[in-house]
Amino acid sequence: MFPKPIEKAAPATQWAYRIALPISLLLWLIPMIGIAITSIRPAADLAAGNYFGWPSRFAFRENYTAIFENSPIAYYIFNSFKVTLPTVLGAVALSCLTGFALGVYRFRGNLLIFFMFVAGNFVPFQILMVPVRDLTIRTGLYDTTLGLVLFHIAFQTGFCTLFMRNFIRALPYELIESARIDGISEWRIFWNIVLPLMRPAIAALAVLVFTFVWNDYFWATVLTQSKDTQPVTAGLYSLNGQWVSAWNLVSAGSIVAALPPVAMFFLMQRHFIAGLTLGATKG
Amino acid sequence: MMLKRRKIAPWLFLAPGMAMFLLYVIIPIGQSIGLSFYDWDGLGEKTWIGWHNYIELFGDDAFYVSLKNNVAFLTLYMLAVPGGLAIALFLNQNVFGIRLVKSLFFFPFVMSQVVVGLMFSWFYAPNFGLFARFIGWLTGTQVAVLADSRFAIYGIIAAGLWPQIAYCMILYLTGLSNISPDQVEAARLDGCKGPQMLWHIILPQLGPATFIAVVVTVIGALRSFDLVSIMTNGGPYGSSRVLSYYMFEQALSEYGYRMGYGAAIAVILFAIMMVFISIFLIRMIGRERSV
Repeated sequence: MFPKPIEKAAPATQWAYRIALPISLLLWLIPMIGIAITSIRPAADLAAGNYFGWPSRFAFRENYTAIFENSPIAYYIFNSFKVTLPTVLGAVALSCLTGFALGVYRFRGNLLIFFMFVAGNFVPFQILMVPVRDLTIRTGLYDTTLGLVLFHIAFQTGFCTLFMRNFIRALPYELIESARIDGISEWRIFWNIVLPLMRPAIAALAVLVFTFVWNDYFWATVLTQSKDTQPVTAGLYSLNGQWVSAWNLVSAGSIVAALPPVAMFFLMQRHFIAGLTLGATKG
Repeated sequence: MMLKRRKIAPWLFLAPGMAMFLLYVIIPIGQSIGLSFYDWDGLGEKTWIGWHNYIELFGDDAFYVSLKNNVAFLTLYMLAVPGGLAIALFLNQNVFGIRLVKSLFFFPFVMSQVVVGLMFSWFYAPNFGLFARFIGWLTGTQVAVLADSRFAIYGIIAAGLWPQIAYCMILYLTGLSNISPDQVEAARLDGCKGPQMLWHIILPQLGPATFIAVVVTVIGALRSFDLVSIMTNGGPYGSSRVLSYYMFEQALSEYGYRMGYGAAIAVILFAIMMVFISIFLIRMIGRERSV
């Protein structure tokens, strides 16, 4: 283990480490702690210049009720779910298929198609913007949830295929060969043999795609505009303009918008990190 | 019969995913490149103007400001790699509560960049923001980071580094937990320790983690749209524009839609990104061949 385990160090060093740990954490999270405290401050504190002292009283209920009653943030959040959940389902389903095709079969063009997915996954969004927006308008899907979902499914399939394909490659190939010898059809091999083994990959991708899509801001701005379809990231941007310097409300709104992916992360931490660090261990 | 089926099967499995990916990703790249040779307001007729968009671009000061900011982004973002490594080394211990501490350090990455942008706007806000106060206390003068054309882009980069460091940290923590303990012990018996150990024994084994950290950091730096849009809208006076934001502004701004010109900016950004994507792919090809 590197660095050397701290238990083997002198007691003084151990104590220093134990003290440094929470302090560094506190410093690291200052922007977030600031926002969290601001979100429970009464507006009067901000008017009086009490920006980062102890709040004069806790206005948790007041601020959080205010953002839900006086702004469409509840709609925005609902819209985010409407976009995110179908995307997770769609992208994971498509990439189970593509990952299986690229991971199991040897055929001409396999590697080329795989690289197409990988490379496409890294392109800057702006090179897609005008044609995708145009396509969405022409198909009558501009400013609809479906329009946004279709794009997200397509784009996320790139990353998901990379992940699934590598995951399937690591499964024992003999499993598939022996099934073939038994005369099981290709679809049955996929459905009954490989898919059940892919559960951890599916879980990891589901959490990751949820977070990526929930946090998307660019496409939300490009493909939607009304409060009936805008996800919470784009919504927060317009609310920020509306709540000029009402920092207690901006903060409460930010926290509400951040909550679902954060909750997802803490609940599914292991899967999340497994997905994100794919390839970080073996070269 | 079986063999024939096995030839068709992969294409059937690929069809739906590939169709979507072609329609929404691959074909649009080609279309954008084509569009960059046209003048188009997004509604009316497209007019072929050849290289004109590019010629105009190369005489456009705003383009150079954006490009310069992209370079600054790319260079300073690289700090996330050693930054992440440093935090990972600091946290790679087995004390009580360390798992929670690691998660909390990673936490900024999970939040939307919109939220990160708002947090840092609050942090930098003149008069009351914690950072502004700190600088005021340190130097005696207040600095409105995001309203000052000298500092705005650096304020944005610093905000972006926060989640990016978290990402690199988690990559390195995973890498560190997979380091072969035998080698470390052997080196330790030989009297190797500290920075020497880090350099000769640990870093070589962290190669894959470093590679991925660099890749995601480059991509993150070139994608930097959200923070610019949230924190400054490219201002003050366009000083914090980056290519991704400038493209958006040209193509969909309130001053009228210049889709062709926007597409030309996007093509330049794409070309820059392609350099890095190619490096990544070449490395991947090498790896696939060796398997």
